[in-house]
Amino acid sequence: MNNSRLKKITSARLFLPIVCLIAVLLINVIKTPDFFNVSIRNGVLYGYIIDVINRASELVILAVGMTLVTAASGGQDISVGAVMAVAAAVGCQILSGGQTSVTEYQNPLILAVLAALLAAALCGAFNGFLVAKLHIQPMVATLILYTAGRGIAQLVTNGQITYIRVDSYKMAGGYIGKCPIPTPIFFAIVTVVIVALILKKTALGLYIESVGINGKAARLVGLNSTMIKFLTYVICGVLAGIAGIVASSRIYSADANNIGLNLEMDAILAVALGGNFLGGGKFSLVGSVIGAYTIQALTTTLYAMNVKADQLPVYKAIVVIIIVTLQSEVFKKFIAGLKNKKASGTVAEGGQKA
Amino acid sequence: MEQNVVLEMRDISKNFTGVRALSHVDFTLRKGEIHALMGENGAGKSTLIKVLTGVHEFESGTIHMDGKAGEIINHSPQEAQENGISTVYQEVNLCPNLTVAENLFIGREPRKLGMINWKEMNERSEKLLESLNIHVPPTQMLDECSVAIQQMIAIARAVDMKCQVLILDEPTSSLDDDEVEKLFVLMRRLRDEGVGIIFVTHFLEQVYAVCDRITVLRNGELVGEYETKDLPRVMLVAKMMGKDFDDLADIKSAHEGKKTAEATPIIEAEGIGHKGTIKPFNIKINKGEVIGLTGLLGSGRSELVRAIYGADKADSGKLKVNGKEVKINSPLDAMKLGMAYLPEDRKAEGIIADLSVRENIIIALQAKRGMFHPLSRKEMEEAADKYIDMLQIKTASRETPIKSLSGGNQQKVILGRWLLTNPEYLILDEPTRGIDIGTKTEIQKIVLDLADEGMAVTFISSEVEEMIRTCSRMAVLRDGEKVGELEESELSQSSIMKAIAGGDDKNE
Repeated sequence: MNNSRLKKITSARLFLPIVCLIAVLLINVIKTPDFFNVSIRNGVLYGYIIDVINRASELVILAVGMTLVTAASGGQDISVGAVMAVAAAVGCQILSGGQTSVTEYQNPLILAVLAALLAAALCGAFNGFLVAKLHIQPMVATLILYTAGRGIAQLVTNGQITYIRVDSYKMAGGYIGKCPIPTPIFFAIVTVVIVALILKKTALGLYIESVGINGKAARLVGLNSTMIKFLTYVICGVLAGIAGIVASSRIYSADANNIGLNLEMDAILAVALGGNFLGGGKFSLVGSVIGAYTIQALTTTLYAMNVKADQLPVYKAIVVIIIVTLQSEVFKKFIAGLKNKKASGTVAEGGQKA
Repeated sequence: MEQNVVLEMRDISKNFTGVRALSHVDFTLRKGEIHALMGENGAGKSTLIKVLTGVHEFESGTIHMDGKAGEIINHSPQEAQENGISTVYQEVNLCPNLTVAENLFIGREPRKLGMINWKEMNERSEKLLESLNIHVPPTQMLDECSVAIQQMIAIARAVDMKCQVLILDEPTSSLDDDEVEKLFVLMRRLRDEGVGIIFVTHFLEQVYAVCDRITVLRNGELVGEYETKDLPRVMLVAKMMGKDFDDLADIKSAHEGKKTAEATPIIEAEGIGHKGTIKPFNIKINKGEVIGLTGLLGSGRSELVRAIYGADKADSGKLKVNGKEVKINSPLDAMKLGMAYLPEDRKAEGIIADLSVRENIIIALQAKRGMFHPLSRKEMEEAADKYIDMLQIKTASRETPIKSLSGGNQQKVILGRWLLTNPEYLILDEPTRGIDIGTKTEIQKIVLDLADEGMAVTFISSEVEEMIRTCSRMAVLRDGEKVGELEESELSQSSIMKAIAGGDDKNE
């Protein structure tokens, strides 16, 4: 009885992603015993764990979009980091009215946000058109904006770093009023909840999975595969736009060269760590979110261990290799094989004794 | 081991998470014989073969092979191949984007200084193909070959690897009669050269045409091994079904005489065509009738219905549904007009493999309702249970992924999917291919029942007998063109064959 329950838990889809997250957190606790300590300084929450959750916000938002794109098209959108920069550039440029540094909005904030999201959506639509309509491989199609995106952002800001030194602009990346919780956390939560609700309240989730698993069959049962794939890229673009606004708000500027840099790879990794198959098909949004937090926890840990920023990728890679190996089918089979051998060994011995 | 025996499997057992797939099965293959492995879906044929070729592990039993001391256990198909066991599957397992020669020598390319010696590879391929009487240039891309040629190339590859045991898993299910005959010639030749051939098929005629021996499995157990000449057809069917099987031909008689007097057309196509696949055709399909489409493979049977359904959008002609002229741009348009289409290639176009039985059943209805009107969990479960029950789908639960069901049960799920949309016009393209006789009969019966309730059905099958049993009218196709129709009174094996062959057309 107990055994079968254990088996049920360990074979659940999200078991390994959760175990990985816990493992990373455990290492943290051992290395830095005050990891989970949360205190209030200057009226806001303070602590390692808060920092992890806060810093992971953009990644969580990107991972959600990346999950949908992966599921529907069996490929990844590697332009999301650049799209973040584009959105930030468009938003900041409208707010600054063309100046490099302003202390007052030159245009309404809402207009800037909408324009930023629209620009991000257009980027997503461009990717979606290439992938869904022209059947270009996602990696290749999104490579265009991956390379061109930051250039476009530079064009928008005339090659300058545009600063918006207005308190209300800093809110999205900082704090709202006296609320002690960093605002990006809310952005992440709200994004995840909204997307989860859309998937639950409409048939979109089922459509995406069907298209991702068997596009031909999906078409014959009346699904518009092209439209659904296109839609996931647009959603992914919009989410990258939101992440871009948050990232830009943190530094109250549009830094086309640095906003969202290398974040696309982390987002793809989050999807993989979440136990999702990168070839498309069935997906788990929660898995990707857990994956995103795992990656951020790892990054923060490494920083806390005084690993230099330029060496960080090496250590990250090592940990990722371990985690991905643990989750691989081959490894699972290997473990199952060991268990079976052990079991049959004891049976055989028992037989001889009798 | 007896003399002449090339392969001996003894007391093989295999469980799949609690389900006993094979229970103490023995199987013996002699040198130079074609040995049919028969049984219904779920009888354990595929499992036995997968155990032999190392796809699955097995719990108990032994496998011995001629010339190999001691037991052999294959851990992978590659290892099986090294041990002289090659398999050619129903779905061709070759690479469509490579040439014929590359496919023949993949993984064992002739090399010169570490580089692939293309010249030698193509020459050896040509010799090999010639020796087996397969006429195809070695440099042709595989996906430009017909399925039959692809099967033969797969066999040629096995032959060239000096296999002692050749397993043919339903190789004929997508071949037409002519191609089957060519395949048989090849099989007989290999037999005469001493290869032991295991032949898995659902076609009884073929078993009696080429096989020397028959082993029958049922529910994972061995029923027996027989010489083909000692086992009449009826007996074979009885052994496979585990009961005396009432004559298949009886199904239709129960439905006779219920014919509706007046014919109300549901579908009227005038000059519908699709460039390159089907020439413009006219067809009228009435309420409550089962109209069959017959013709050789590639004659345009599937293409005709695909043009009506919008799977390949028609580029000419007019289509009327229930008397109204309509325009169909996509399958969804056709579904909204009450059509349903069960495609020919179940694996590639039918099932959505990783989704559950429940999701596979409701997906068409859900697509028809639109994204913003999702079915509730309860509605889905009720729908799934209804069709699992009605079509007697054998599945562990409604949440089981459809890919773990047997072929016949997968097909029933797809059928359930379309019945759930409550269609007026149901298109069944090879609904019984690759599934066992029992399920075949069930599906034929369901089709006739549906027609009795007023549904119009188009039924496509390669088996003429099956068509005669189910159809009330038949359209004949040849080379991408509809060439005629046969009324019920004219339906007989010979008349259909004649129409397909089209010998006496010019006399008119």
